Amino acid sequence: MEAGPVNGRRGAGPWLLLLPAALVMLIAFALPVGMLLARAFTHPEPGLQNFILLWERPVYLHVLVNTVMIAAAATPVTLILAYPVAHAMAHGSPRTRRLLTFLVLIPFWTSLLVRSFATVILLQRRGPLNTLLVNIGVIDAPLPLIYNLTGVLLGAVQTLLPFVIFPLYSSMRRIDPTLMPAALTMGASPVRAFLRVYLPLSLPGLMTGATLVFISMLGYFVIPALLGGPRQTMVGQLIQDQVGQLGSWGVAGALSFVLLAVTAGLLGLLHRLVGLKAVAR
Amino acid sequence: MGRWRLLRALVCALVGIYLVAPLVVVLIISFSSASFLRFPPPGYSLRWYENLVRDPAWMDAVWVSIQILVPTALLSTALGTAAALALIRGRLPGAGFVGAALMAPLVVPSIITSAGLYIAYRGLGLNGTLAGMVIGHVVVTLPCVIATVGSALRSLDPRLEAAAATLGATPAAAFRRITLPLLAPAVLSSMLFAAVLSFDELIVSLFVGSARLRTVPVQMWSNIRGDFDPTVAAIASLCFLVALIALALEALLRRRNGDRE
Repeated sequence: MEAGPVNGRRGAGPWLLLLPAALVMLIAFALPVGMLLARAFTHPEPGLQNFILLWERPVYLHVLVNTVMIAAAATPVTLILAYPVAHAMAHGSPRTRRLLTFLVLIPFWTSLLVRSFATVILLQRRGPLNTLLVNIGVIDAPLPLIYNLTGVLLGAVQTLLPFVIFPLYSSMRRIDPTLMPAALTMGASPVRAFLRVYLPLSLPGLMTGATLVFISMLGYFVIPALLGGPRQTMVGQLIQDQVGQLGSWGVAGALSFVLLAVTAGLLGLLHRLVGLKAVAR
Repeated sequence: MGRWRLLRALVCALVGIYLVAPLVVVLIISFSSASFLRFPPPGYSLRWYENLVRDPAWMDAVWVSIQILVPTALLSTALGTAAALALIRGRLPGAGFVGAALMAPLVVPSIITSAGLYIAYRGLGLNGTLAGMVIGHVVVTLPCVIATVGSALRSLDPRLEAAAATLGATPAAAFRRITLPLLAPAVLSSMLFAAVLSFDELIVSLFVGSARLRTVPVQMWSNIRGDFDPTVAAIASLCFLVALIALALEALLRRRNGDRE
């Protein structure tokens, strides 16, 4: 890294270009988030009582554990579905790639709320999915697909898929496609060749995708509110209740603190494992 | 390998249907003639779209959304493009760290950003104001602009500017005549991205808005949580259409960008 301008003409210019964005982020992002987190230690009175409350009240602890469990359940499902799609995009024909990219980009550009609402309709007791399953004779009576864990997972995985498919695809594209045939000619079975050659090479993309899925899911709010039941309450909903209805800034701050600490910890871990460049893409 | 290829094709088809089917269902239901969400609908009509246009609550929400989206997209693009130029071409010490810090709103859960803004705005009287909304939306959209313009700048050959300088162009002229035109598609596509993100933004608007300042997603949100009729499906379909148009425009911009490289 060169310190300072290399050729004299670049002086304060770059700093001035950076300043407005940095100021907006400092004043309208870092400061407000800091204020919320500070409330954890100051509201209603200085001390750690909000954190003690989180630990002692079963409701809070239950929701925190629940949030981690739901995110932990959604992550592998998303990865398993995303992997073959990314693989087909990376090594399939150009036509396959174009079609799949288009299919993945559609939900990427459509708002989370619209997609969640669409899933609400799809999964109703007498909704299209249940009707279809009953009509083709897979099931006798409509399944409870919504306002429970199934609903949350079906909704969440759908919204999370693009966030895994794209990083996976970009890491798979860099894998030499002749490696697999080479392993096969050397006598490895397809499964063994995949496990020993391909999977390890795609691991950075897989880990990046897994982390992104897990941390975005931890902060989910719309999906559990629309597709889950009371037992699927997640920490985001709890924060909204504390701020919006109850005005308990302290508890909201403490919950946010825990959520952010877990997020930062996971990102730090990912950084150590695969490097920040892969994370920032 | 045949078996595995078949399995892959199967999963791809499944995922494709899974990603698009809900949206198609909503699109079909929005044309239903019935006031309940039965599928397939018993008949087809445009009554829910008429309902949408006649209901002042929805029209107000559309107007509020536009009033927020336009300044947000312009501000975000201007600030973000300037920041990306500084970070990638400025040779600033610590640019990597600053760049990562500016991306923070992407990983901090939106609910935390929004609750923080709500608390900060209370003392300033900014809750329920257009200015407060725009500031919040700029925060959420800025990282995407910086990332989009930044990655375009990174793939731009800096030797082009050097070549212009050798041919006698001043740095300012080289920037205006060479860099800016090459960067324009990325800047436009980031503006489009910011506009779409602002139009879709729910959580910031939910916290910072008020009963009188409701965006389309907030209006949808309160409808979905109550007893909803296919009017919501109609607005959702329109949002989906807007997303498709934005996606097509973006692809067009990308293609133009590709042609020039």
